[in-house]
Amino acid sequence: MSRVDVANVTKKFGHATALDDVSITFEDGGFFALLGPSGSGKTTLLRTIAGFYFPESGTIRIGEQNVEKVPVEKRDIGMMFQNYALFPNMTVADNVGFGLRVRKVPAAEEKRRIAEALELVQLGHLADRRPSQLSGGQRQRVALARAIVTNPRVLLLDEPLSALDKTLRVDMQIELKRIQREIGITTIFVTHDQEEALTLSDRIGILKDGRIVQAGPPREVYDRPVDAFAAGFLGEANWLPEAALPGLALPGAAAGRRFATRPEMLSISAQAPGEGRNAVKGRLLQRVFAGAMATCLVDVAGTQWKLVARDRDIPELPGGGEVWLSWDPSDTLAVPA
Amino acid sequence: MADLETPAERRRLFTLLSPAYLWLTVAVFLPLSAMLFFSFLTDMPQDAPDWGVTLGNYAEFLTNPTYATLLRKSLTLAFTVTGFCILIGYPCALVLAKSIKGRSREALFLMVILPFWSNSLVRIFSWAIVLRGNGVLERAVNWLLPFDVRLNLMFTTDAVVIGLVHSYLPYVILTSYLALQAVDDDLIDAARSMGASKLTILRRILLPLSLPGLLAGAVLVFVPVVGSFMEPRILGGRMGTYYGTVIEDQFVAVYNWPLGAALSFILLAVVIAILAAASPVLKRAQT
Repeated sequence: MSRVDVANVTKKFGHATALDDVSITFEDGGFFALLGPSGSGKTTLLRTIAGFYFPESGTIRIGEQNVEKVPVEKRDIGMMFQNYALFPNMTVADNVGFGLRVRKVPAAEEKRRIAEALELVQLGHLADRRPSQLSGGQRQRVALARAIVTNPRVLLLDEPLSALDKTLRVDMQIELKRIQREIGITTIFVTHDQEEALTLSDRIGILKDGRIVQAGPPREVYDRPVDAFAAGFLGEANWLPEAALPGLALPGAAAGRRFATRPEMLSISAQAPGEGRNAVKGRLLQRVFAGAMATCLVDVAGTQWKLVARDRDIPELPGGGEVWLSWDPSDTLAVPA
Repeated sequence: MADLETPAERRRLFTLLSPAYLWLTVAVFLPLSAMLFFSFLTDMPQDAPDWGVTLGNYAEFLTNPTYATLLRKSLTLAFTVTGFCILIGYPCALVLAKSIKGRSREALFLMVILPFWSNSLVRIFSWAIVLRGNGVLERAVNWLLPFDVRLNLMFTTDAVVIGLVHSYLPYVILTSYLALQAVDDDLIDAARSMGASKLTILRRILLPLSLPGLLAGAVLVFVPVVGSFMEPRILGGRMGTYYGTVIEDQFVAVYNWPLGAALSFILLAVVIAILAAASPVLKRAQT
């Protein structure tokens, strides 16, 4: 278990800059999500930490060791791949034991540690199966057991859950979190699924165009995005049009700022709300019922706003009619344009 | 697959497959049957009116030790050529499939299959020009080295092996390349992340996973090389008498078709026996 320090790392592929002067620290034992759209450099950052790529400049430290010139074989990391990358020619036990055999661990200890790792992911009974005989979720657990069996200094996950269907994904998220806590390993994981990032991690880093836009605890990033991209990428943002700004109470107002609200901060009504709340007028486009929750799409001066609330909290509203959206002024997001 | 078919489906299947069956019958089954028939004759019917049926042609193989010796020589040649094809072809395929990307891969691939595009006789005579005493190869070596070198490769077993390896190498490269290409690069990355060296990755992942392709290529080389006669005859000269050349002689020089046919079927039986003996290994490689 070690902390990972990435400092001023730049990585280029030909003329394209994949990582542009990236500095970020991954605390010991933390669960860190790297979040960004495709092409943002999140996978490149992960693979650079893993040692598949060597940066053009900058330093990477795992624990006390500078590793930016150490190849992946010697970095002592555990990695899980998007498609699990299990060896089809080996049994589950041999897959898990691969890293141990490479390290020439004595046979008895190898056997014990394979059993332990499989027990941790609750697959002890499938040790003799082939990967082709396993379900998606089971493969995923084997891949996880294989990645942690060598007690690596850091665990790297490359979109580990994206190949699973939704129900299984939620189960695996809980499972992954439990195992990570249990062994306390520094974990860095790449995802484009913001919900997954929020659920799993205790810190999030948002990337865009090879740069870290913002890094911090999920709640902080969600509540106080540093710019429009972060606000729009993690969670959804309803942007206030220029024309609607006069008359609203906007904390943090300054020149060149844009303002937004989160869909769940809004309430909707047919009449103008009382004093002390910010309100904008709009036209109800659609109301989508989804069981416990409902979503309303409202046209506010030409921009489409979204509201999410408990269905029972939304009053009966005439479709296509005028509505008011209101929110507490302190819930306003203010970001540099 | 046959269980759930309705009669209509079965009829359609038969109609669709019939051209293939027809082709197999006309091009493979009939000639082979004719050959099998010839192999039991004393003489060809059109040459001798008093032809009869005999097992003598097969007995000839057993009584004259030359044929067995030549068959052993041919098998040794085939194993040698197959061995060299694997030793040279597999690394080539490995580099092509896993190290080289993009356009240079296509260019190299073209060069690999180029021998296929040239006429085999032209290819063999080119080798003769290269290998003969004072030939292209010898001159090149002497130009490079300060002392005098006599290679004299022409009309040796080495020349036969060189010619055959060159002719059949593409099979091993192509089949191995396809098998290696199918191995997900993530598997290699995963093994590396677990600390595996290049050799370990080759031994425990790439080789086992591409073994079916490699073995398919080896079989494709082995079978024709056992019966080869052109390369041995042209490049081997006096050393180039092999089982295949003897069969060829029976057909084109001695006009003893029945003996040639019998020798061919003995070869076929031996090759099938060897492949059958190897089949447990081949089958294990499939899983």
